[in-house]
Amino acid sequence: MPSPDAEARRAWIATLAKAPPARLAELMPELPPHDVLRSPEIGAVMVRGRTGGTGAAFNLGEMTVTRCSVRLPAGPVGHAWVQGRDKAHARRAAVIDALMQTDAAQDLTARVIAPLQAEAAAHRAARAEKAAGTKVEFFTMVRGEDK
Amino acid sequence: MYVAVKGGERAIDNAHGWLAEERRGDRAVPELTIPQIREQMKLAVNRVMAEGSLYDPDLAALAIKQARGDLIEAVFLIRAYRTTLPRLAGSRPVDTAAMAVDRRISATFKDLPGGQVLGPTFDYTHRLLDFALMAEGEPPTPVPSPQGGGEAPGAEAEGGTGLDAPPSPLVGEGWGGGAPHMPHVTGFLNRDGLIEAAQPSDATPPDLTREPMELPADRALRLQALARGDEGFVLGLAYSTQRGYGRTHAFVGELRIGRVAVEVDIPELGFAVEIGEIELTECETVNQFKGSKTEPPQFTRGYGLVMGQSERKAIAMSLVDRALRWQELGEDFTGAPAQDAEFVLMHCDNIQATGFLEHIKLPHYVDFQAELELVRRLRAEAQTMQEAAE
Repeated sequence: MPSPDAEARRAWIATLAKAPPARLAELMPELPPHDVLRSPEIGAVMVRGRTGGTGAAFNLGEMTVTRCSVRLPAGPVGHAWVQGRDKAHARRAAVIDALMQTDAAQDLTARVIAPLQAEAAAHRAARAEKAAGTKVEFFTMVRGEDK
Repeated sequence: MYVAVKGGERAIDNAHGWLAEERRGDRAVPELTIPQIREQMKLAVNRVMAEGSLYDPDLAALAIKQARGDLIEAVFLIRAYRTTLPRLAGSRPVDTAAMAVDRRISATFKDLPGGQVLGPTFDYTHRLLDFALMAEGEPPTPVPSPQGGGEAPGAEAEGGTGLDAPPSPLVGEGWGGGAPHMPHVTGFLNRDGLIEAAQPSDATPPDLTREPMELPADRALRLQALARGDEGFVLGLAYSTQRGYGRTHAFVGELRIGRVAVEVDIPELGFAVEIGEIELTECETVNQFKGSKTEPPQFTRGYGLVMGQSERKAIAMSLVDRALRWQELGEDFTGAPAQDAEFVLMHCDNIQATGFLEHIKLPHYVDFQAELELVRRLRAEAQTMQEAAE
């Protein structure tokens, strides 16, 4: 089980990975100096499902993924694994992951992470609302024997 | 004798040049962009991703453009690209109970918890050509809706995201992601023991992209092959079971389409993180089963899971999955194609199939020369025998 710190890091890494790359670049256009430990690398992750939704695992198919690792001059190391083939996205996410382990965390949370989370939630809610609009409301017709 | 043949280079170069020209078509018509294909030919993109077995909408759109809309050729391009990618990891099994659903219907329970959600479906359309779509640039006429959320797509452009509508009972009840909120219909039957249980297991499943498929193939391998199998082939097989060739009496217990998070254990972090979100279609069938020596009469299950929005394929996959389970359930083998794992699994891959099928159009001059000589010799022999008989 990840520690509370790891839990918070898990959340921001997921937010950065799922962010639309263009939006992330808009929120964080300039990256501070950093060393690249692992240059952005494009690869595949095999996505697994479960038989019957809950049973044994099986291989459904792959998805493209880009990963990257960086280190800030002060020491913190950031990692990113993001869906797709956008190397700039992976690098930006890795740098922000590293910065989130420094004093910049509070500012970055307010400036980058929170807006991304709010936008993702709004997008999801809008879609759920559309789905809700297509929910069938059954009603029973008056039946002959009820007269 | 091996005869090297040269001399086709110029013809091939010219053929490819002409192909590029034909791909572009009439230059008076604007060229298609990848985002246009990705957004407006989404179901074709989905099919290429599912059968190409690689989730990447941009690449699938590119493949469709390059292949001039030939979807099997596009799948071929994706499969070829896929082999160039290093495999970085395997994901944790996706949790379809936590799916943010666009569509979720059941043909067995009218009042399932969470409700019947139709989503953006072709069902109940009249299948009449909509000439309004030919009126370029004209927005579609909004359809008046009796309740929020059902208005025409045009409304969104004016900033009406539907967020101001009264909260639906569905919102916040499992649409936010995370914990499982949208339990599977089969779970309700399972509580009463009326349906076979699907035992969870995290054992690493076999992977036909790594090891050549061997028969008998276990269910995990069969599901992988079907998930990337040709939609038309799987559809035809599923239909054959409905017509009586390995009948399984299937009901669609549940069909759902939506997005799930993909979670991967990252070694450098030491824990699992969500790296993205993919759209999936899941179908679970509920099938009759009259019981066996060890099992009481109960319902059994077929399962279909496909990348993207592709319910025809997901339903077909679940029917074929169930038909292939005859042996484990102690049912009779009736000789039906859909029950024959070798027949199904060795022929469902359209890239293998088209590769072998189309290779016969390539030069076989030497093979054919041998056949020609054989036929001539046989004819000569037959003539000699006939003359001798006369």
